[in-house]
Amino acid sequence: MATLAVDPRTDYLLRLGDDALVLGQRLSEWCGHGPALEVDISLANLALDLVGQATLLLDEAGDGDQLAFHRDVLDFRNCLLVEQPNGDFAQTIARHFLYTSWQHMLLQRLTKSSDRFLSEFAHKAIKEIAYHRDLASDWMIRLGDGTEDSARRMADGLAWMWRFVPELFEVDDALQAAIDARIAPDPREFEAEYRSAIGAVLAEAKLEAPADQRPILGGRRGHHSEHLGHLLAPMQFLPRTYPDAKW
Amino acid sequence: MSGDWPLWEVFVRSKGGLSHRHVGSVHAPDAELALAHARDTYTRRMEGVSLWVVASAEIVASDPDQAGELFEPAESKIYRHPTFYDIPDEVKHI
Repeated sequence: MATLAVDPRTDYLLRLGDDALVLGQRLSEWCGHGPALEVDISLANLALDLVGQATLLLDEAGDGDQLAFHRDVLDFRNCLLVEQPNGDFAQTIARHFLYTSWQHMLLQRLTKSSDRFLSEFAHKAIKEIAYHRDLASDWMIRLGDGTEDSARRMADGLAWMWRFVPELFEVDDALQAAIDARIAPDPREFEAEYRSAIGAVLAEAKLEAPADQRPILGGRRGHHSEHLGHLLAPMQFLPRTYPDAKW
Repeated sequence: MSGDWPLWEVFVRSKGGLSHRHVGSVHAPDAELALAHARDTYTRRMEGVSLWVVASAEIVASDPDQAGELFEPAESKIYRHPTFYDIPDEVKHI
């Protein structure tokens, strides 16, 4: 049962913080399993950037450790895209490309937030995310326009993630309240720009944009896919089993 | 995967005004990703402000078997070091 009833600002901090935490945790699952040593380090760096962003955002929303390690699935406010499984490297890249392209456009606008913390956060995070987006785009192009095998994997990975894109532009009542308070940008304002930027990379990668399907929504309200619980279990096990553990 | 990729030598400039220094190598499929891999592998603890990558295959190296003829003759020519001059006391910073 969802237990969080919070003000629009805290809700918005949780959305952004949970996106970063869950995506960072997902990427960290690659650690030691990357397709090449260099890629392993590269994915770990991306994961660390995101966990750092999550720490800032969740500490601003409340007690960061408590929020990260002692909430259940229904209380997480991340979008469904970031919790999707890693699959193969191409699927991971498809997810990272779609999310960080959106995140970068969001952060550009968030720098002008009336909320001082969020504006300062955006100024710091945008440099990290610009690199994430560029690296993911580079890999989209390398794999999409690579071998027959890499192109097929890239297309499959994109097909998996595509249905979770519309949620990024969904505005529900809680987000609308944050937009009205000039805390949050309205994502609908950059949906056309996003579609066009994604399209340009896909064209260069010689990949077709998958057909739009019925969008899957609900992550922002705590209705998550089966995958999130499996991500949280190993992440939360230690602090939940040994609440007083120090390390 | 990385076994199929060419090797690139990585050079880092640690701060403005200093030379780029060789720090190691990375595997990457092309120059652009070699820069990304070099950035992620060698500058993640603020080691640098500028990066070069050079395809290892493009480096022309001296032959270790010729080390004797190339380098040993210099060993006996200490007069090539400017150590035989008396520096006046008032000259600092030499």
